[in-house]
Amino acid sequence: MYKILEKQTLSDVTKLMVIHAPHVAQKARAGQFIIIRIDENGERVPLTIADFDRKAGAITIIFQEVGKSTMQLGALKVGDAVSTFVGPLGHPTEVTDFGSVICVGGGVGIAPIYPIARALKEAGNTVISIIGARNKDLLFWEDKMRAVSDELHICTDDGSYGRKALVTDPLKEILEDKTRSIAKIWAIGPAIMMKFVSSATKPFNVPTIVSLNTVMIDGTGMCGGCRVLLEDGARFVCVDGPEFDGHKVDWTNLLSRLQFYRDEEKAAVEHYKHTCNLDKAMAEGGK
Amino acid sequence: MAEMKPQDRMKIPRQPMPNQDGTVRRGNFEEVALGYAEETARKEAERCLQCKKPACVEGCPVGVLIPDFIKALREGDMAKAVEAMKMKNNLPAICGRVCPQESQCEGRCIVGKKGEPVAIGRLERFVGDFELANRTCPLEKAPATGKKVAVVGSGPAGLTCAVDVAREGHKVTLFESLHGPGGVLVYGIPEFRLPKGVVLGEINYAVQCLGIDIRTDHVIGRTITLDELLTDYDAVFLGTGAGLPSFIRIPGINLNGVMSANEFLTRVNLMKAYLFPDYDTPVKAGKKVAVVGAGNVAMDAARCSARIQSLQAKQSGGDPGEVHIVYRRSKEEIPARAEEVHHAEEEGIIFDLLTNPVEIIGGSNGRVTGMRCIRMQLGEPDASGRRKPVPIPGSEFEMAVDTVIMALGTSPNPLVFVDAEGLERTRHGTAVADTATGRTKKQRVWAGGDVVTGAATVISAMGAGKRAAADINKFLKGETAPW
Repeated sequence: MYKILEKQTLSDVTKLMVIHAPHVAQKARAGQFIIIRIDENGERVPLTIADFDRKAGAITIIFQEVGKSTMQLGALKVGDAVSTFVGPLGHPTEVTDFGSVICVGGGVGIAPIYPIARALKEAGNTVISIIGARNKDLLFWEDKMRAVSDELHICTDDGSYGRKALVTDPLKEILEDKTRSIAKIWAIGPAIMMKFVSSATKPFNVPTIVSLNTVMIDGTGMCGGCRVLLEDGARFVCVDGPEFDGHKVDWTNLLSRLQFYRDEEKAAVEHYKHTCNLDKAMAEGGK
Repeated sequence: MAEMKPQDRMKIPRQPMPNQDGTVRRGNFEEVALGYAEETARKEAERCLQCKKPACVEGCPVGVLIPDFIKALREGDMAKAVEAMKMKNNLPAICGRVCPQESQCEGRCIVGKKGEPVAIGRLERFVGDFELANRTCPLEKAPATGKKVAVVGSGPAGLTCAVDVAREGHKVTLFESLHGPGGVLVYGIPEFRLPKGVVLGEINYAVQCLGIDIRTDHVIGRTITLDELLTDYDAVFLGTGAGLPSFIRIPGINLNGVMSANEFLTRVNLMKAYLFPDYDTPVKAGKKVAVVGAGNVAMDAARCSARIQSLQAKQSGGDPGEVHIVYRRSKEEIPARAEEVHHAEEEGIIFDLLTNPVEIIGGSNGRVTGMRCIRMQLGEPDASGRRKPVPIPGSEFEMAVDTVIMALGTSPNPLVFVDAEGLERTRHGTAVADTATGRTKKQRVWAGGDVVTGAATVISAMGAGKRAAADINKFLKGETAPW
């Protein structure tokens, strides 16, 4: 069992948890992910590592409560424990001094972009960061991102904070600015955002790395459920990724694969809410 | 009672295994073969001729003392039967259920030359189940030696090796990447063929008796590397299996509804998707499933599909649907155990033989709608000795399917080779290891099971685990030359 050491509510639906998992923390590096399973009936959920503390043997994860498992996880408290915590999985981000780089984090993708931006900064890069979300409430870690960035751009879809824009707007402006020379771009966020970032950067021919979060079970190369189509064939996100060249990803295929279990995901949420209400009613009835 | 004559023994018919009815079991995940009653087991045991040179034993990859356990069984001395069994095999309840007996012990049985062979597998299961329930044969271990051994992978090879090494008094740590031990016995083989209670019963017992430390959630090559293990342990055994699924290179392979048998079976078996939504992991088996391949894994996937279809039809009403096995050779070449094929047929699985997929077709939403196939005919024998299937020109046709499960074999997971300098690998991705001892090219590292042979059987993996354990034990005593 792996204990929850710390919990923060970053927004109504965004939670941060620090989990005690020394076996994972010992090796964790920016860009890698873990798999968490809450209890014996739970599913295995991949989440990108938001931060790690080797001394404390702890891994930070950030998630949005969008499905049954993330809702259930979000309801746990400090001191509670989860049954499974595996990692670090996937390849770490390749970090060297590239020169000037851009790190784009959208929504909950701000969490995994942070350790990458930090590592790039530590390696000597000039780091330009762009973070965005649908609205102000869904933004987090502005201060942390600012601390590891030479320049920070903030956007919201509705203009409730920062600039009213999509992350691709400042991104294009920077790429169009002839006085700057960008060596590489990282983008992490919803698949649709990574798709648009990739198509925005393609005309500029700047290598663009995206971190994919596909349907996955074991996370070790066994099921192949996570496979993604690149120009030259299929790859497994879990062992070949999670980072890929965004210009080579078949986004239509990726987006359609993410939808495959949508009905079941809805059914699971309904079942969960129903059981929760039942539990509540039982507890109240018992008083 | 006078000793029965061989002629009389040979007159006793092979005792049938009581099974759940085909149409009933298609709607549940409970075990298909119900097991012999004691009386039936004793009667079947009477059929054994107690050969002086038992060919059956030679046919067994771990050399189970078959005539000995059968003799004790028919004399009613179950404790002795268990003891004879456990001399060579610690997991009889598992082997009795999943071994391909027809090509091993039973295939060599003298009684089988004229009639049907002694049902050695069924008797083995009977003895194994008796031991699970009664525990008459405690696993004992020698005094602690202070030596430490890491066993990587808790499937049949790793478990067998761990038990044999721990019995010598060495401290064993068993590493597993998934959340529970058992490997393919848990994620691959379905509940209705090998109940998970049987697997966990065997594992828990061994762990308790021998003080084996199990570390789940540890992925070798990621969480910890082989070179790191070698700094902490005196010896390392790799029994990581062959978990990497193969996909054929045809168009449409990444459509929604195409999956590996590994994914489908892991969802159903390990994650218990047949109990969704009480268990969180869902699984889809459409109305028309095509399983490509005809090995044991293909039979498991087909039979699980039929069950998922029935369970989902019970909830939503309507027709459960169809499951097809699509195989490019003919019935004779089917590599699955005969019993599995027979059970699949009883459960209504449709066999499309001499048929090979050439393209998977999808609709506008990226979902599978059909599979283009071509008819095959058998030509000259190929390298495997089987007649090579050749496409019949112009015979292409389209099957309407909504789910395609690829059961085309697996290869070892390459993660184990990360930071494992000197661990040699073949071009098929398998580890190079000596067959007799399990020694790899890397000092203090042994390997066995599917990681060395490629996908094979539970019992051959156990055999490899056993041989490696014997060599590890000798090595730790200083009885063999180091590398």
